[in-house]
Amino acid sequence: MSQTAAVSAARGPVDPTRPEPGLGAYNLKLGMWVFLLSEVMFFTSLIGAYIILRFAHPEHFAAPGEVLNVPLTAANTFVLICSSVTMVKAFAAIARDDQKGLQLWLVATIILGSTFVGVQVYEYIHLFRDGFVPNAAAYTAGGGPLYGSTFYLMTGFHGLHVSIGVGCLIWVLIQAIRGRYSSSHLGGVEVMGLYWHFVDLVWIVLFTIVYLI
Amino acid sequence: MSAHATQEAPNDWDFPAFAGDHEHHEPSFIRKYIFSTDHKMIAKQFLAVSLFFLAAGGTLALMMRWQLAFPGQPMPVVDFLPSTMAPGGIILPEFYNAMVTMHGTFMIFFAIMPLLVGVFGNLLIPLQIGAGDMAFPRLNMWSFWLAVPAGLLMLASFAVEGGAAGAGWTAYAPLSADGEYTGVYLGQQLWLASLFILGFSSIAGAVNYITTVINMRAPGLTWLRLPLTVWALFITAILVLLAIPILAGALIMLLTDQTLGTTFFLPETGGEPLLWQHLFWFFGHPEVYILILPAFGIVSEVLANGARKPIFGYTAMVLAIVAIAFLGWIVWGHHMFMSGMNPVLGTTFMFSTMVIAVPSAIKVFNWLGTLWGGNIHFHVPFLHAAAFVSLFIIGGLSGIFMASTPVDIHIHDTYFIVAHLHYVLFGGSLFAIFAGITYWYPKMFGRMMNSLWNRIHFVGTFIFYNLAFFPMHGLGLEGMMRRLYDPTQYGWLAELQPWNVFITYSVFFLVGFQVIFFVNFILSMWTGREAGPNPWNANSLEWSIPSPPPHGNFQTIPVVYRGAYEYSVPGHERDFLLQNEPPDDAAKRRPEPAQRVDPSGQVKDRGGDQ
Repeated sequence: MSQTAAVSAARGPVDPTRPEPGLGAYNLKLGMWVFLLSEVMFFTSLIGAYIILRFAHPEHFAAPGEVLNVPLTAANTFVLICSSVTMVKAFAAIARDDQKGLQLWLVATIILGSTFVGVQVYEYIHLFRDGFVPNAAAYTAGGGPLYGSTFYLMTGFHGLHVSIGVGCLIWVLIQAIRGRYSSSHLGGVEVMGLYWHFVDLVWIVLFTIVYLI
Repeated sequence: MSAHATQEAPNDWDFPAFAGDHEHHEPSFIRKYIFSTDHKMIAKQFLAVSLFFLAAGGTLALMMRWQLAFPGQPMPVVDFLPSTMAPGGIILPEFYNAMVTMHGTFMIFFAIMPLLVGVFGNLLIPLQIGAGDMAFPRLNMWSFWLAVPAGLLMLASFAVEGGAAGAGWTAYAPLSADGEYTGVYLGQQLWLASLFILGFSSIAGAVNYITTVINMRAPGLTWLRLPLTVWALFITAILVLLAIPILAGALIMLLTDQTLGTTFFLPETGGEPLLWQHLFWFFGHPEVYILILPAFGIVSEVLANGARKPIFGYTAMVLAIVAIAFLGWIVWGHHMFMSGMNPVLGTTFMFSTMVIAVPSAIKVFNWLGTLWGGNIHFHVPFLHAAAFVSLFIIGGLSGIFMASTPVDIHIHDTYFIVAHLHYVLFGGSLFAIFAGITYWYPKMFGRMMNSLWNRIHFVGTFIFYNLAFFPMHGLGLEGMMRRLYDPTQYGWLAELQPWNVFITYSVFFLVGFQVIFFVNFILSMWTGREAGPNPWNANSLEWSIPSPPPHGNFQTIPVVYRGAYEYSVPGHERDFLLQNEPPDDAAKRRPEPAQRVDPSGQVKDRGGDQ
């Protein structure tokens, strides 16, 4: 009793109108950070499996550039990085209440994101023609079937994340056109940006370990 | 939406409404009972679904026990199963495989995990931290409504050609990766898809729990004043958040191996079957603690309440939970001692596994310390919690056996491990769940469960549980393999067959006593005595509001002045002190300084609380 009273006194009086301080991030932002942690673990499982299989069976993997089109994908990587820049510009625009700017930069991000997915589909089609397929029985390209299996697993799930991101961006754009955001009400844009930058970051890791090493 | 949001919130859905915020209006039937966003209703929904799966998993266990005791004899009553499962009531080997797999899957993923995390996480986190609801009520609704189709897919797999998955709940590759080996094609794929969907449900829940605990604690509810249930559920949510995605990745790879012809786990085209085991157990061992940490929290809560004493070593309890959760990430290899492993690595895993005994022992020590010298009230939740401690000790000690590589070589994949895992999952988790359900039933439904029938259920469960599972240790040491279809086909096991018959009879009685619980659970909703807000004279915030709490829970934001375990405070009239009772009120209720004569004959002023 006296002990708890002492503890209360040490902290000063409790302000009954404020919740206990959390991490300083509002719920939606904190929730997105937490969700991204689980995404990190998901890609960890895919990348970890890739690393183990590649070390166990180096003969299944061709030298960089032998099978995969590195220049094309490098350009595509640049597109995705640019889309992160436009996303930041969108957030900066709404932070100063620039509705037109928000919409324009969101449209730019959507176009860049869609371009990335489009180029990836184009790349897939060409790889399929060369016999670089996920199906081990039909695999005829350089290296071995593990190359195809791991490549499509990692890039496929990343592409899916970009596609979902583009879908969410379109939804955010619709909200923006309806005027739902303002400098004091921009959580949706900020959280969208967190997800988008995460997907971008994952790609930089994937591009390095799948294409360049 | 919220008039209370004093700190600037960039979104209007940031602070769910408190009950006092708006005029009370009755939501429609569908909004209230089916697509509800109220955490208490979602907890009840999870409770209903997971109790169904608990019953389904128990039924499978009964049929398995029949086969083990009376192999090749037609089952009584259950003679209606199709000829692909049990023609004329005689269980086929492939159906036995499916039952083993689905018993484990139902119990772990659809019964124990949702009971602990889905039910108690949803019910207790907002109530015990003084919040109106979860941080993301709609995401919470989705969490439940993703679990339902996952469960339906899992159930449906029994009906497809080839039957349900038969590669065990661990789905070791390549057995699980190629239908050629088990004769199960679509069933295994449904199993994978179902768990993948369930993973979304779990992650949605975890995101919600973590955000809610961090951001929405009532004023004054500092981290070290949180009830241990909240701590346990919070740490569990972190484990769910980080472990389930690993499983998701592994499930995807296994699914594409089966459907798209990839070759992650199939050795003939370059894959690595051991990779599955590593991924699965890297998820699977944290999963083990997902299944027990919330039980630790519930037991701490109930034991302190029953003993009418503060929990012994509160901070140590919190640190032990954190330590166990951390160590749980570096021990997965102890499931794979027999899979072919570098002995140095095996020793490392052996050591890290045994280190977990330290925080576990701290917890047991503190539970016993809590009971020591307590004025114990043997209410039903307390009985289950005390049983938990004793059975968890047995399960924990048999865990040490298996952690030792030399011993594990002998008992690996025998009934010793079946005994061990049931001592921690049934004797541990399920007894804690019974403690939790009987303890918070009045808060959920506003009425008490019938205490007499609950006591009968407890005694029967405790006795027949031990009779059923303890002999399995011996069978395992004698070499009876787990997942074995017919023990009598081996001479040395045929001699032990009376033990299998004995176990089977015990399981029948064990299940029979569970019927009492189910009936009591349902009937008490109407016939139970009205509970009132605080039937157990407990301290945490949920007991300061009506049972069941209204939509939005608290009329005003509660202000917390102390921890949750201020039982039997000296110089205080009652032996409990609600966390949100203002110190002034508590002081007023203090009795007049009593005059006390001590043995020397001197009159002493007992005074206040010096």
